[in-house]
This record gives sequence, structure tokens and C-alpha cells, in this order.
Amino acid sequence: MEKWQGWPKIQFESELDPGFADEIASIPGGEKLFSCIQCGTCSGMCPLSPCMDHTPRQIIAMIRAGFKEDVMSSRTTWLCASCYACTVECPKEINITDLMYAAKRVAIREGAFPKRLPIPILAREFFAEVEKTGRSTESWLLVRLFLKTNPFDMLKQAGLGMRLWLKGRMTIRRESIKRRGELHKMLKTLDSQHMVKSQRELQAEEKEIA
Amino acid sequence: MKYLYYPGCSSQSTGKAYGESVEAIFEALGAPLEELEDWNCCGATTYMSISELKAFTLSARNLALAERQGGDTAMLDLVVPCAACYLGLNKANKYLAEHREIREKVNNALSAAGLEYKGRVRVRHPLDILVNEIGLDKITERVKQPLAGYRVACYYGCQLVRPYADFDDQHQPVTMGKIIKALGGEVVDWPLKTRCCGGSLTGTYEDQGLRLSYMILNEAARRGATVIATACPLCQFNLECYQTKMGRRFGQPINMPVAFFTQLIGVAFGLSPRKLGLHRLFVPLPKSVEAVADAGGRHVNS
Repeated sequence: MEKWQGWPKIQFESELDPGFADEIASIPGGEKLFSCIQCGTCSGMCPLSPCMDHTPRQIIAMIRAGFKEDVMSSRTTWLCASCYACTVECPKEINITDLMYAAKRVAIREGAFPKRLPIPILAREFFAEVEKTGRSTESWLLVRLFLKTNPFDMLKQAGLGMRLWLKGRMTIRRESIKRRGELHKMLKTLDSQHMVKSQRELQAEEKEIA
Repeated sequence: MKYLYYPGCSSQSTGKAYGESVEAIFEALGAPLEELEDWNCCGATTYMSISELKAFTLSARNLALAERQGGDTAMLDLVVPCAACYLGLNKANKYLAEHREIREKVNNALSAAGLEYKGRVRVRHPLDILVNEIGLDKITERVKQPLAGYRVACYYGCQLVRPYADFDDQHQPVTMGKIIKALGGEVVDWPLKTRCCGGSLTGTYEDQGLRLSYMILNEAARRGATVIATACPLCQFNLECYQTKMGRRFGQPINMPVAFFTQLIGVAFGLSPRKLGLHRLFVPLPKSVEAVADAGGRHVNS
């Protein structure tokens, strides 16, 4: 039998992670995860579910059942564009978008996100950029994204970049706030107290992956 | 009356025209905007996927700065035009108000920089301010050059009305339509007002990102719109700047002007095109009413 692309990696009950659901549900309002009735409204509303390997409804069922490995390697959470269509339609008022964020955070923390997808790479580049300067500069971000994923794509986008530049909509100057020290102090406090990974740790991990 | 204003990172690059036109029309309505001093990134959707607390702290710094700059009033309004920033700051504001644990952790981080957030800021979108504070009457009064002949598809995008906004309906928002009508334009009835444009997926997962944007453009054209009005810099960028690419990919040439709703207000007010950033558009707005009538709402052959 040919394998369906969403075929679960986990085959035996012993491979399930029973604590996974609680980990995801620990966000504010996350306990509603357990009241899901599997009606599929979220999957119907989601503009991206046609290209997901597991629909949002399936992801919720998988989180509850402890299919951690499968959820982590799924593209679904990363394809979520945070449009909140599912969240406002859910009859049980589950904040599905926030659950997707929670799953993304676990994946980033454990380095378990799908490696060939540019979306988590962009997220990490954005994170590092803002952590450093306090603002995001679109041109810098895109160049760094292309360098990390597919440098040849940059040539394809050069025309668009040029047009934007001519219209004054693309700057080479790197945006930054004035009091960077203030921001760094705040973020450092969080790093030391809440075990949020610092940029240096993320970079070290990146090297490991490469 | 003066308003505090948070421009957001996009207003410095691809969405420059949005910032320019927002400032111009508020000035014209006698309610000038004062930029929040040393504002930082709101965290956008990406920060939330890495660290929730850091995302809230980034937003909270802006809110705390607004409190400091806004003086001692009981409640103060912060005008946020970018839909993603609006959602990010609004979300942080809600979570800080409702969850004590988050509030304490975030305020602890803020205190390292000598800041504190007391919860006095209301995050407001220009649409909200224009309709509910300044009022449609005042907008109508100011119109010099009515948008007669413009058939406008009002596109709100996803993050503006969902899920925390309370100034408009989450499924069928109407505020932008009311403004366009007050300006003398015609509003196209269409179902994709709050459909996702693909967001940053156009850059990271082009296949699907472009498809989502294309559906919106195609439907607006099919319903006879001659211009799409947006309220989000990323939606504007996706819908406008990839039109050549979409035309090639989906085998249909697209030439649909996509403007910020604030630019259309400015045009009706008779403000200078340069002040409104009209020269930054890839697809120019129709020059005159006759030009709009000629196009007959068929910018896309479908």
C-alpha cells in the first residue's frame, strides 16, 4: 500500500508522549483544547488547510493523543498564517491559533521543526533581528532568508526589489530604535528568569543542525 | 485633538505610503498625530512563535512609552494603522489586563529599563477613530473631490477585525464601506472582505501565498471593483506587487489598483498626491472619474 503523506510516524502506543497535551494546554485559555468535539469547523474555515499535511482538526486530535513527533514534524503549524478564522468560528471557543503558536514554540525550543521549510527560518531571523535592533528591516530579513534557504532565488526577486527601491519602498538602511540598551536589559531579564532561549543559544543550535 | 500614533516597521519601507497618508488625512481633519517616541517592533506574528513572553514584552514597551508620553489622563488612545501591529498590541493589552501572572512577569522585565505599564492605553485603529470619534459628518464636510465613479472593494484582511477588535463585525465589517460612501464612492458587495491574503507566505511558501492573494484580486474584479482599498501594509504589498507574477502563473493579466483606504480619503479631500504617497503605487489610481467609467470594472478578464 502506498504511504499517504500524512502517515503517522508513531506506530505504537509506547511511543506516544502523554505529557504533550498538557504542555500545549498550559497557555492561558489552553485547557479548552480538551473540550474539542472534532467537528472540523476549523479545517473548513482555514484558507490553508488544502495544502497542509494534517488539517487543524487532526492536529488537535494528535496533540490530545500525544502524537508529539508527528505534530512537531508536520508543516501544518508553520503554514498557519495566524488569520484567526478558526478561532472566531470554533463552536467550543478554542483559541486554535494560540495552540498553533504553542506547538511552534515547542518545535523551535526542541529544534524539531521541519528542516526544509523556510517559514521557521524566517521566524528565527526575524526574532534575532528585532532582538538586536528593536525593529525589523524587510530588506535585510529577506536577504538573510535567501542566503539561508536558496541564494539563487534572490536573483528571481531582484526585479521586484529594484522596483520597490525606485518607488522608495525599500531601504538599505538598517532600522533601529535609539535606546537599544533599554530593550536588551528587558529581554535579558526574561532570559535569566524564564528560560527563554537567547539568541546565542539559538545560533549554537543552528550550527548543530547544519 | 491630538492623537498618539504608532507607525510600525512597515511604514518605514514597503508600506511607506500608509504612514504618509494616515498622517496627512488626520492633519486635514484637524486631529494631528504625534509619533510615539522611540517605538519598537510589536513582535508581529513571528515573535509569538518563538516566545510568548518576549512578544508581550515588546508590545508592552510601546504601551508603557505611550503612557509616559501621553500624560496623566485616565485613558489614552494609541492610533495603530498596521493591522498586524494593531492585533499584536491589542492582544498584549488584553493579556496583560486579564492574566496577572503575565502582567507581573512583563512588568518585571519592563522595570529593568525603568518602565512600567499600568494598563491605561486603548489601542485604536484609524477606521475606529474616523467613524466613531471624528464622525462621518466631519469627513463628508471635508470632501472636495468626491470619489464618484470609483467602485471600491473594501478589503479588511484578517488580523484587523479578528479576534480582539470590538469596533466592527468579525465576518462582515462595514466601517470602511461607510467611509467610502461618505466620500461619494460606490462600495462593491463581495464575500472576501476578511479572507487571508497569505501574509508572509508569499515570501516563504510562494505557491500557496500567491494563490490566496490571487483569489482576492480575481473575486474583486469579478464583482466589478475598479480599486481595492486595504487597511494593512502586508495585504497591500501582496495584492499589488505580485500582480505581474500572478498574471504569469495563473494565465490572466491583472491590473488592479490596490490603495490604502487612507489614500482614497486623501484623494477625496483633494490633498496633494505626493503627500499621500500615490507615486509609490505600482498600479496607479485611475486619474479621473471618466477613466474609471471607461474601465467598466473589467480590469481582469474573467
